[in-house]
Amino acid sequence: MSLLTIFYILSAITIATAFLTIISKNPIHSAIYLVISFFSIAGHYLLFNAQFLALVHIIVYAGAIMVLFLFTIMLMNLNKEDEPHKKLATKLAAAVSFGLVCFVMLAVFIKAMPIIDTYKQTGQDFQSIKVLGKVLLNEYMVPFEFASVLLLVAMIGAVLLSKKEKSIQ
Amino acid sequence: MQNILQQIGIENYIYLSVILFCIGIFGVLYRRNAIIMFMSIEIMLNAVNLLFVAFSTFHQDAQGQVFVFFSMAVAAAEVAVGLAILVSIFRNLSSIDIDNLKNLKG
Repeated sequence: MSLLTIFYILSAITIATAFLTIISKNPIHSAIYLVISFFSIAGHYLLFNAQFLALVHIIVYAGAIMVLFLFTIMLMNLNKEDEPHKKLATKLAAAVSFGLVCFVMLAVFIKAMPIIDTYKQTGQDFQSIKVLGKVLLNEYMVPFEFASVLLLVAMIGAVLLSKKEKSIQ
Repeated sequence: MQNILQQIGIENYIYLSVILFCIGIFGVLYRRNAIIMFMSIEIMLNAVNLLFVAFSTFHQDAQGQVFVFFSMAVAAAEVAVGLAILVSIFRNLSSIDIDNLKNLKG
């Protein structure tokens, strides 16, 4: 099986599940479809031979973020299909704007394609975990530490926001 | 596996990312359930990350992948805070329909 076939299969899975995420009525089903979509995007990263990002993507997105989503859905007891519908005009406007944005962006990129120069293979190793770790901890040391501060602040913020407020007597 | 972009072509990845991003836009406009809107935002972030990795391979440069790593950290923080906000909205309104949030409308 050639790489192109694998790419087409993975892309079909990605786009179909992303669309089903939005279309399906039950939020639990949406979350499950989103997990499948994330896994197929991790497959794309593996096709690029970007092992580190594929691993991190599965751990962070399919692991942490989706568990958070599912936990919130179950906490709010939203797994029923009683969502009121939007007006038909709003839905139509959403569909039309989707089509227009898609059309314009695709047209722009098709026009821009001859400008992009051809792909050159240098043959050097640039994306193994070893090289990425060196780049991350040498050139991007300060942003890396700031990312940890950001995660700490997000954790404190989430705890503070979801804490039950004391009722005023 | 080394010559992936010679076999597939960068343009296919650009088209895939554009379609994924537009699906995300469609989700934000189409649904009124705030959780599904969050999921659409995640889809949009993923589309951009995919294009970052594609161009990182195209230019044979690790910096694009480092940037994707940071954007994943930001996405994780965003989801944690956003879901906490949703939980507190749900406590106050007992629904997460965004059309109910019009107290500021005057």
